[in-house]
Amino acid sequence: MDKEFAARRRRDLIIAAVLAAIAAATPLFVKDVVVQNILILTLMYAGLSQSWNILSGYCGQISLGHALYFGLGAYTTELLFTKFGVLPWFGMLAGGVVSALIAMGLGYPFFRLRGHYFVIATIVIAEIGLLLFHNWEWAGAAMGITIPIRGDSWLKFQFLRTKLPYFYFALVLCCLAWFVTWWLENSKWGFWWRAVKDNPDAAESLGVDVFNSKMGAAAVSAFLVAVGGSFYAQFVSYIDPESVMGFQFSLLMALPAVLGGIGTLWGPVLGAAILIPLTELTRFKFGGSGRGVDLIVYGTLIVLISLALPRGLLSLFSRPKKTGAAR
Amino acid sequence: MGLLYGLIAVGLALIFGLMDVTNFAHGEFLMIAMYLSFFLFAFFAIDPLLSAPLVAAALFVFGAVIYLLIVRFAMRAKANAGMVQIFTTFGLAIVMRGLAQFFFTPDYRSIPQSWLGGKTVSIAGIFLPEPQLFGALVSILAFAGLYFFIHRTDFGRALEATREDPGAVALVGIDKNRVFAFGWGLGAALVGLAGAIMASFFYIYPDVGASFALIAYVTVALGGFGSVFGAFAGGIIVGLVEATTALVLPPSLKSVGIYAVYLLVVFIRPRGLFGSI
Repeated sequence: MDKEFAARRRRDLIIAAVLAAIAAATPLFVKDVVVQNILILTLMYAGLSQSWNILSGYCGQISLGHALYFGLGAYTTELLFTKFGVLPWFGMLAGGVVSALIAMGLGYPFFRLRGHYFVIATIVIAEIGLLLFHNWEWAGAAMGITIPIRGDSWLKFQFLRTKLPYFYFALVLCCLAWFVTWWLENSKWGFWWRAVKDNPDAAESLGVDVFNSKMGAAAVSAFLVAVGGSFYAQFVSYIDPESVMGFQFSLLMALPAVLGGIGTLWGPVLGAAILIPLTELTRFKFGGSGRGVDLIVYGTLIVLISLALPRGLLSLFSRPKKTGAAR
Repeated sequence: MGLLYGLIAVGLALIFGLMDVTNFAHGEFLMIAMYLSFFLFAFFAIDPLLSAPLVAAALFVFGAVIYLLIVRFAMRAKANAGMVQIFTTFGLAIVMRGLAQFFFTPDYRSIPQSWLGGKTVSIAGIFLPEPQLFGALVSILAFAGLYFFIHRTDFGRALEATREDPGAVALVGIDKNRVFAFGWGLGAALVGLAGAIMASFFYIYPDVGASFALIAYVTVALGGFGSVFGAFAGGIIVGLVEATTALVLPPSLKSVGIYAVYLLVVFIRPRGLFGSI
């Protein structure tokens, strides 16, 4: 069993390396800016969803408030940059640390809640964050922050003429989130999380530190999502509360993981690879009318996929015999 | 205003609270109801007050059909049922919003003249807008009705029993789908009532539901899942908190007070004020 598990993990790592190499090579063939844009967003959401999956998938604490950390990452970076001239690279780290600390601060009261009460609390806290930023004059309030354009520079992580640096950063982010998940999956934490998810009371009785393992998952998850938020802010170079902290981000982070397979290593990547291009294409094809056809198509797809494959798309690949035991 | 939140929440209290089915499309039900009473007014000049029963009846059918066509299958999922319900109903909400945009355009609409709109009543020197007052009245009646219904009729007992153990109720001859379809219809009819009343003093647009939906979830959770009285109390608290917050903070922050009170309550009582689940 152990040997099989180790072999599977090695295989996962090799597949990931091959996929990353293929992804890294795509810009050589894909020159179209619209397509590059879709690829960047796909990689970004794959990374975000992977990070969300750590807390909500592996540890089972369904959060629909991760937009808070996304927004905090974006705002920390840009406030530091525009007000104090701190380079976005440091801002990114700062955003991650701030988010992780806030996640742990919130975790202290939140992790006592269970089920719907927890989910609603996460939605509500993100909404509070959104409203506060809406009214915070110093942070631009509802107007948001426009990032001053200073020309292409790696130092300021700002590029006007090419999207390639963004592409590679999104790829690195996605790989990082994947690798962290892969690494944690086999660590003490990974096993604890799955135990907490399946039955917190039983886990506690067997000596699992339930509370701290939830805190750990929340911190890692929030840190990575905040880095994603910083990246997004640099990428679109304009942020306002609605566009980085809105409820839709919380859902967009959760959706790929749910569609691909929640609590699995490959689910978020697979889900994002299918969902994000689909979203962008429907918006591109039908969105121009302004009559909501893109919403109709998109919503119908979500309903159909979640009804048809409750375990996510990954369940199509697993052998039926193993679905019960291996997860 | 609190009782109006209560009225929106009462339907959700039934679906989300009592049947334990996550419904992220609740706000869109409200939106549909508002449009319905708008069109009844625009084409047939039926006052929203008169059309309220019609709208409620239409929403009853709509809710039951949605349950039978979609939600029934979402509940059948063996793995992560919670997530499947969340995303199925969320997808449904997006579709409904899209359809509303498609057929009704994203324009803001309102009912300019109705029996209640814009009039105020003075009680002991305090001026109260009539529509809100009427809404409050309907809300109290709706809660009383639902309370009686759940606790005093066979159907109410069947509903609670079905949530507790669908397998066991099947053994005693209760058809789970019939009970739940009726419950969904009833929940939708109640939000239909809310929509019809609100149509006479609120702007109507495809995204209108979203702003009320979150407050409705908070109201239900604040009161505690599984308790009709809890949702009623939750509605009143939410209304009072909102009004008080608006006095001390800028109006755009008034919802923060509601959310903060929710967090405070569940930290002290993790199952809401009167929750049983």
